[in-house]
Amino acid sequence: MRRDQPTHLPQSCITPEPVYRRRRELLQLLGLGAAALAAGCGSEAAAPQAAAPEAKLPDKSLAVASHVDDANGEAQTTYADATHYNNFYEFGTNKSDPAAHSARFVAHPWSVEIAGLAEKTGRFTLEDILKGQALEERVYRMRCVEAWSMVIPWAGFPLADLLKRFKPLASAKYVAFTTVERPAQMPGLAYPILDWPYREGLRIDEAMHSLTLLAVGMYGRELPNQNGAPLRLVVPWKYGFKGIKSIVKIEFVERQPRTTWNLMAADEYGFYANVNPAVDHPRWSQKTERRIAGTGFNLFGNRIETLPFNGYAEQVAHLYAGMDLRKNF
Amino acid sequence: MLFRDRIAATKPLVFALCLLPFAHLVWDAMHGTLGPDPVAQLEHRSGDWALRLLLATLAITPLRKLTGWHKLIRFRRMLGLFAFFYVSVHLLIYLFVDLGGYWADIFEQIAKKPYITVGFAAWLLLIPLALTSTQAMMRRLGRNWQRLHRVAYLIALLGVLHYFWLVKADHREPALYLCTWIVLMLARLRVRSRPADEPRRVAARLKI
Repeated sequence: MRRDQPTHLPQSCITPEPVYRRRRELLQLLGLGAAALAAGCGSEAAAPQAAAPEAKLPDKSLAVASHVDDANGEAQTTYADATHYNNFYEFGTNKSDPAAHSARFVAHPWSVEIAGLAEKTGRFTLEDILKGQALEERVYRMRCVEAWSMVIPWAGFPLADLLKRFKPLASAKYVAFTTVERPAQMPGLAYPILDWPYREGLRIDEAMHSLTLLAVGMYGRELPNQNGAPLRLVVPWKYGFKGIKSIVKIEFVERQPRTTWNLMAADEYGFYANVNPAVDHPRWSQKTERRIAGTGFNLFGNRIETLPFNGYAEQVAHLYAGMDLRKNF
Repeated sequence: MLFRDRIAATKPLVFALCLLPFAHLVWDAMHGTLGPDPVAQLEHRSGDWALRLLLATLAITPLRKLTGWHKLIRFRRMLGLFAFFYVSVHLLIYLFVDLGGYWADIFEQIAKKPYITVGFAAWLLLIPLALTSTQAMMRRLGRNWQRLHRVAYLIALLGVLHYFWLVKADHREPALYLCTWIVLMLARLRVRSRPADEPRRVAARLKI
């Protein structure tokens, strides 16, 4: 993979077809609305037909400075699927819940607290965080611990770029992340299914790795609420639950932080959670995965082999040299 | 008259109702309307209906006692066979649509993964029940028929466990199925403790 020489592509080359289709549908809806108005029946009561109850998907195009395909040219998951099949338990535990129940979530304005073992700490607005930061588009495989996977074009910047700005101390061995906790906007928080707020963590060298991304967008748009707006982590060689969403706190710490799924079931979800086909989840196999790409017609042949470190072994395996990955799963 | 009685006339309707979820599934699969993960949808929906029909079958006896409508028993075999049908569809989808080219992995999964083990066991145990569901087999097995078919309670429990063990964190839905099973089991025990209600005599009167 050519991390050093990104290919420059115009936006239109990377916007998948369903996005265009969706835009067309939107235009059609607008057209219908106009027709209704013209017919004199465009009252507020008639309008909800057109307005979907789910969160409006962002249409603002993000400007990205570069594009790198870190997924070997594998077919991308459609935008519709990547935004309607999500694990974001704060909005409900069904895969369709985040899209259906995140409309009330307010992602702007946003601020992030930087805390712990660093020279510079404090509360920073999203604008502060993004200031002077060129956005890159990176296409990564995303492997869920539930043995399905997607290929997603993220827009963001290396987490390392941000962390370095705060000058972490030598004693900072780990980075801990926290998701926002807003019961009024996140109906899933009403149930104590997980120990809220959602927390995740990385070892500092993992956090500083060039593949580790802080994403603010996907498919050339801002992140939709259901995908972790406005700021989320993407660590492509780890199971998806490490990719913490809607981050409000980043803390430099000395000891390995407690993480949500690990607290829930330590024998099932390790701190490292590196994608590893050789180490099964106690309840299901991790040898293969079902790739979610293409359309619903595509019922057969979606199962593929899972690769060590999700196919990123060349770039990241050295981080774990000498470690027993069966124990440190 | 086309049908022997009202029950016989209702049977095709119940049959069609039982087939409806399957038809809906096939329709959605053919039209690509199963959502982002169509395979998971096929599995979840066939599994849900398998469980519902298993529990519905078990609910027949308590319902008869509760309502006094003894003729309900004439729907039991159909519901039971449909439960077997949906469990089989569920298994076939897992094997040939989900695992697909990796179908041979199922042996390892059965051996190693408890939720697959109990699910597969439930399907295996259903086979003898389906095979002995005919009137001729009922007559041939006599008293043993009922003993054999009490395994249905175990099968339903295995089905519920199968669901329980595959869920990651949110156990509300499998818990609902488990509660239903427990209620049916308690109802069953109450029914059995009343000797006056001898099901076999009732069955004999109804000529089934």
